[in-house]
Amino acid sequence: MANFIQRDIISIRDFDKDGLLYLLDLAKRMEQTDHTGLLKGKVLASLYFEPSTRTRLSFESAMKRLGGMVIGFAESGITSAVKGESLADSVKIIEGYCDIIVLRHYLEGAAQLAADVVDIPVINAGDGANQHPTQTFLDMYTIQKTKGTLEGLKVGFLGDLKYGRTVHSLAYALAYFDAEMYFISPPNLRMPMDCIEELNNRKVKCYENETLLDIAEELDVIYCTRIQGERFADPVEFEKVRGTYRLSKSFIESLGVKEDLKILHPLPRVDEMDETLDGTDFAVYFQQARNGIPVRKALLAAVLGAVE
Amino acid sequence: MKNMDVSAIKDGSVIDHIDSKSTLKVAEILNIQQEEQVVLVGMNLISKCLGKKGIIKIGGKSIAQKEVNKIALIAPNASVNIIKDYEVVQKFKVKVPDVLEGIVKCFNPNCVSNHYAVHAKQHVINKNPIKLKCHYCERIMNAKDIILI
Ligand SMILES: [Zn+2]
Repeated sequence: MANFIQRDIISIRDFDKDGLLYLLDLAKRMEQTDHTGLLKGKVLASLYFEPSTRTRLSFESAMKRLGGMVIGFAESGITSAVKGESLADSVKIIEGYCDIIVLRHYLEGAAQLAADVVDIPVINAGDGANQHPTQTFLDMYTIQKTKGTLEGLKVGFLGDLKYGRTVHSLAYALAYFDAEMYFISPPNLRMPMDCIEELNNRKVKCYENETLLDIAEELDVIYCTRIQGERFADPVEFEKVRGTYRLSKSFIESLGVKEDLKILHPLPRVDEMDETLDGTDFAVYFQQARNGIPVRKALLAAVLGAVE
Repeated sequence: MKNMDVSAIKDGSVIDHIDSKSTLKVAEILNIQQEEQVVLVGMNLISKCLGKKGIIKIGGKSIAQKEVNKIALIAPNASVNIIKDYEVVQKFKVKVPDVLEGIVKCFNPNCVSNHYAVHAKQHVINKNPIKLKCHYCERIMNAKDIILI
């Protein structure tokens, strides 16, 4: 069995297949039965040096549903950080007030730095453009739940694959499950070479495309991400691209996709998924967001040693 | 130490088999302008294995491990000779360690190691060609990205 007790959760690269499966299974148990009181008396410090309301509320809700308590702050403006105190000093002091730290920071590697200086576990709730491992757990959980399996799926990643950290992490995690991956993006937002190389080394079948047109009917899952206008030097180019990557009910149906195709999105969306899609069986993104609760409950309980 | 194109030194260190183009970078690492004793820098010397090589001799200098680690990143084929009384008393090839601490600056401007007083740290994931992974931000650096601290 994978041992999560007192472990730092920093990067999706820290997990092997057994560890991922253990957590997903635990999340399922958390969803099926009530575990109120499991973390009674435990204190979570929720340190948000960068705003991320949804992730923060989802962690805090998970902790409270397990009977634990939450302290913390949601903006760096109100902490000593503005007075020039180092991140290492801040977390070392807060370590004395709690049993576990959840950290969100605008700098890449901040969670690793915190984990290096404190003895209690640190969970990375997003560090700049680097990692957001709990997002990947809930993505995996959603795929497993809606597809019935994680093995051997054909997964299309759509949108901004260059800066989309959730895409990189999910691709690494799915690499354990014999997935075939299709990376569909505008040329200037392609999957980074480093990522493709790593996937190739792990013998993953990867393909790059610019549109969904020829491959959509093959796919079991589409993981859609936001394309931001500021990534384009020329607004005209952005307008052209935006249309191509806009999913609506009629567009998806016209592609001849599988009936049980599932479309995920880490949210928030802008206009890359039309509201006509929301009521269809394809759309699982709201369910995906809700899955943050069982997944984060599982993680907190496992790391704090409250479960088998 | 036969067939030398530059004179021998009595005591000190000789860094040999430097990839010729990297000679001045190695000289920079060794901070030769601060030296008081004899310093000889040779470039484009004939070498059996490298074609052309560089060599640096520094009188009175004993090389620090940190310097050796830095040289290994820039000139992976280099060898270090410690000289006493015109004799080579110790000779070793530079070796890239598995972890670099406080040697290379992370090239990612958003990396936490570039914002707080943190020792930059990288894990060496490939030695030849050199590939480093930042301990903090996980970015991969190649030879061209390396900036020594
Ligand atoms: Zn870094």
